[in-house]
Amino acid sequence: MAVVDHSAELARAGANVRGWTGSLLFFVRRYPLGAIGAVIMAAFVLTALFADQISTFDPFTTNARISLARPGGEHILGADFMGRDVFARIVYGARISLAVSVGATVLGCLIGVTIGLMSGFFGGWFDLIVQRLMDIMQSLPLLVMALVMAASLGPSLTNTIIAIAIPLVPNVARIIRSNTLSLREMPFVEAARAIGMSETRIAVVHVLPNTLAPLIVLATAQLGSAILVESSLAFLGLGVPEPHPSWGRMLSESAAEYVRTAPWLVIFPGIAISAVVFGTNLFGDAIRDILDPRQRM
Amino acid sequence: MSAQAALGAEGRTPATQPAEVVLEVDDLQTYFFTRGGLVKAVDGVSFAVPRGATLAIVGESGCGKSVTALSLMRLVADPPGRIVGGSIRLDGVDLLQLDDQAMREIRGNRISMVFQEPMTSLNPVMTIGRQISEALMLHQKMSQKAALARAVEMLQLVGIPEPKQRVKEYPHQLSGGMRQRAMIAMALACNPKVLICDEPTSALDVTIQAQILDLIAKLQRELGTAVILITHDLGVVAETAERVIVMYAGRKVEEATVGDLFARPRHPYTRGLMNSIPRLALMRQERGPAVERLQEIPGIVPALVNLPEACIFAPRCAFADDKCRGQYPPYEQKSPGHWAACWHSDRIAEKADG
Amino acid sequence: MAAYIVRRLLLMLVTLIGMSILIFVMLRLVPGNITDIIFDSAGFVNPAQKKKIERQLGLDQPIAVQYVTWIGGLMRGDLGYAYVSEKPAIEEILPRIPVTAKLALLALIFSIIIGVPLGVVSAVRQNTTLDYVLRVLSLSGLSLPSFWLGLLILMAFVQFWGWIPIYRSDTGSIWEEIALLSIPAAAVGFRSSALVMRLTRSSMLEVLRQDYIRTARAKGASDTSVNYDHALRNAVLPVVTIIGIEAAFLIGGLIVTETVFNVPGVARFLVEAIRWRDYPIVQNLVMFIAIIVVVVNFLVDLMYVVLDPRIKYEE
Repeated sequence: MAVVDHSAELARAGANVRGWTGSLLFFVRRYPLGAIGAVIMAAFVLTALFADQISTFDPFTTNARISLARPGGEHILGADFMGRDVFARIVYGARISLAVSVGATVLGCLIGVTIGLMSGFFGGWFDLIVQRLMDIMQSLPLLVMALVMAASLGPSLTNTIIAIAIPLVPNVARIIRSNTLSLREMPFVEAARAIGMSETRIAVVHVLPNTLAPLIVLATAQLGSAILVESSLAFLGLGVPEPHPSWGRMLSESAAEYVRTAPWLVIFPGIAISAVVFGTNLFGDAIRDILDPRQRM
Repeated sequence: MSAQAALGAEGRTPATQPAEVVLEVDDLQTYFFTRGGLVKAVDGVSFAVPRGATLAIVGESGCGKSVTALSLMRLVADPPGRIVGGSIRLDGVDLLQLDDQAMREIRGNRISMVFQEPMTSLNPVMTIGRQISEALMLHQKMSQKAALARAVEMLQLVGIPEPKQRVKEYPHQLSGGMRQRAMIAMALACNPKVLICDEPTSALDVTIQAQILDLIAKLQRELGTAVILITHDLGVVAETAERVIVMYAGRKVEEATVGDLFARPRHPYTRGLMNSIPRLALMRQERGPAVERLQEIPGIVPALVNLPEACIFAPRCAFADDKCRGQYPPYEQKSPGHWAACWHSDRIAEKADG
Repeated sequence: MAAYIVRRLLLMLVTLIGMSILIFVMLRLVPGNITDIIFDSAGFVNPAQKKKIERQLGLDQPIAVQYVTWIGGLMRGDLGYAYVSEKPAIEEILPRIPVTAKLALLALIFSIIIGVPLGVVSAVRQNTTLDYVLRVLSLSGLSLPSFWLGLLILMAFVQFWGWIPIYRSDTGSIWEEIALLSIPAAAVGFRSSALVMRLTRSSMLEVLRQDYIRTARAKGASDTSVNYDHALRNAVLPVVTIIGIEAAFLIGGLIVTETVFNVPGVARFLVEAIRWRDYPIVQNLVMFIAIIVVVVNFLVDLMYVVLDPRIKYEE
């Protein structure tokens, strides 16, 4: 049996970690993939916020003379069929992706949490009916539902957000509900009841904070899904309408015809989408490992 | 009892012939390396178990008794736990020096364990027969048929009715008591020298508890297995063991024969454990109408990180004084075969007499 | 056992009815109907003409009646008429189903063959380099939009082999067809296999933490035996459920992949119908998808009962 080095083992386990910088460094060492994910997400948000500063061109100006220009020179990522700068469209496209995905995720989570909490906490008829409804909604694939809703509502930024948010609701509601159900039976809830707290107060003050951890894990996962669905909708022509630049639509505009002649039109928007979703997934995984290790994927 | 003689001058090395002792643990140290710091779950524990005898290890949750048991089987989760020192000699062979392959041949074969929760400790998608035969096929190279036949025999031995039928059933089809019997059958299938029972009855109804304990005792007599019984229940100890070790915060605080321990406990913690047993009948009949308060040991078990140099039980001890708070008392023999770590063990023993 | 099946069938029926209502409502969220769109593109509205077309298409009836007409038709197998081609809807939908079914099956096989073994390996060798590589790979599988993957595959084929693997319905043998279909199947299956892999991994890890695994080790079982005999048997149960659910959700990926590879299947048809505002087709197709999902889930439930000895007794 080998001799065990106490201090090395302790350091590996993370004992003696002090302060914010210490904790941060520990997080980076322990979850390197998660740290990378966080960096990617930060880059995404910053790009969206400072698009004006980052890009020299604007994404709307057409310029027939440089149609299908190769990457290089002024237009580092080339230009599309209408002569719009690809780099600019990607940078500004980040804004749209951010707005839609965050908007849809927040909206979906808000509705889902409310429904799930009420359903799990108050039970009875409300729960039964809502449960059926959620089951039914979950029986359709995410993209199909979003597709139908988008088509039905009509093309606009807000409608796209709604079209993606609604299909996200059942998943959130289901998880929050099951969490609430198990929390409801816990002794500390009984104790709160015993001292005369009203049900609503208990729900908000005691139960809700304890569902926060799985909610955060869920929200980060949904964010990635939202971005993918948005780009799929745009690819199919049913997403965010012109003139908003959307990564998904950039890919549909290039599609099979430019695969041979202008591959940069296909490569760069796709890299943008994949990178951002990859980042959210990496980060989400690490968050899940930290907050809810039982769910380890 | 030869067990008493077996424990020599410092409670560590045996004084009689080694053949008498089947398991000898010497200064075992199992530490956990966690984010919160170093946890010395087992900090220098030694004992010897003679062939065919029963040793009980008693203590509250968190005292290190389960970790001791897992250490004997080398089943401690690594990370975060590691056995960092000591030796465990089974029939003279130090288990801690063996490689993984050799250790696997010993597990379930020469030394076995029965766990606390029979429901979760049995594989839900495998039949009982398969789970018992597995050990037999593994260690005794039996054919599937032969192993299954022997499994039926084992089920009969542990008192499960209709063993031929049961052998084909799944764990969830058995009651709690029967599952535990099946676990015992599984553990004893290869006739091990040592059987470790980690709280074998804690998850069972009181009526079943007695049955299981009787079963273990009976099998021990028939097969000559040494038994290490881990429990928090002093009542169980009184019924089954010859010798007892009391553990607290990862260390031994007292050890003696069962009779001696109950008659004259020499450590305040042991006294506290005994006083905490509710004795309702006694209270009503012998002490008259005035019902005594349930006695508790004030305070809680300390976190096992950064323990001070003082006696670890001092914060909760009614008898503690400055000497106790300043220096950890040595673990020494207070009377023949009776060891304790307390500065005031004489006073404790006297109080028990009164 | 029989009672269990009957209960599940009834539940399925209720779900399907609920879904039909949901689909019906979803398509009518915004006021106005197909006639508005027709006249929109024409540029002016002729009220008499509009009323005539509405009556023709049955759009002047109250909503509830429209719904009942639709459901009644569904039961008889009459799916109404397509707006655009004016052929019976069922004639448009039925011939497109086989291709999509083949594609879906290939993608499913692909995802199981790749996903399950890699998931097991990843769990068994947790935290080794191999595990990290596999996890990153599976994560990228979940991050790539499947249509982009399809486009990249097309690009690769064009660059390196000089031809585009676009689907042609006139391929000679069944094997040639399968070979051609396996390319889009791989594009769709990549994402599914990533999901299956991650789930197998987490399921295995969860099982390996259980008490009975400790018992197996206490018996002296080798690592191989513990992983494959003891753990895997328990770990596959949730994986079977997920494969079933994933099978239905493949449809989402099929929609874009069929579009990219020009496969004339049912999924691509859905998008076309949506673009043309051909609502009878859309309604029926989405209902069809819903039925498939619900039936597959039902079959998965049955399989679960067969695989897990505990279920039979929890009546």
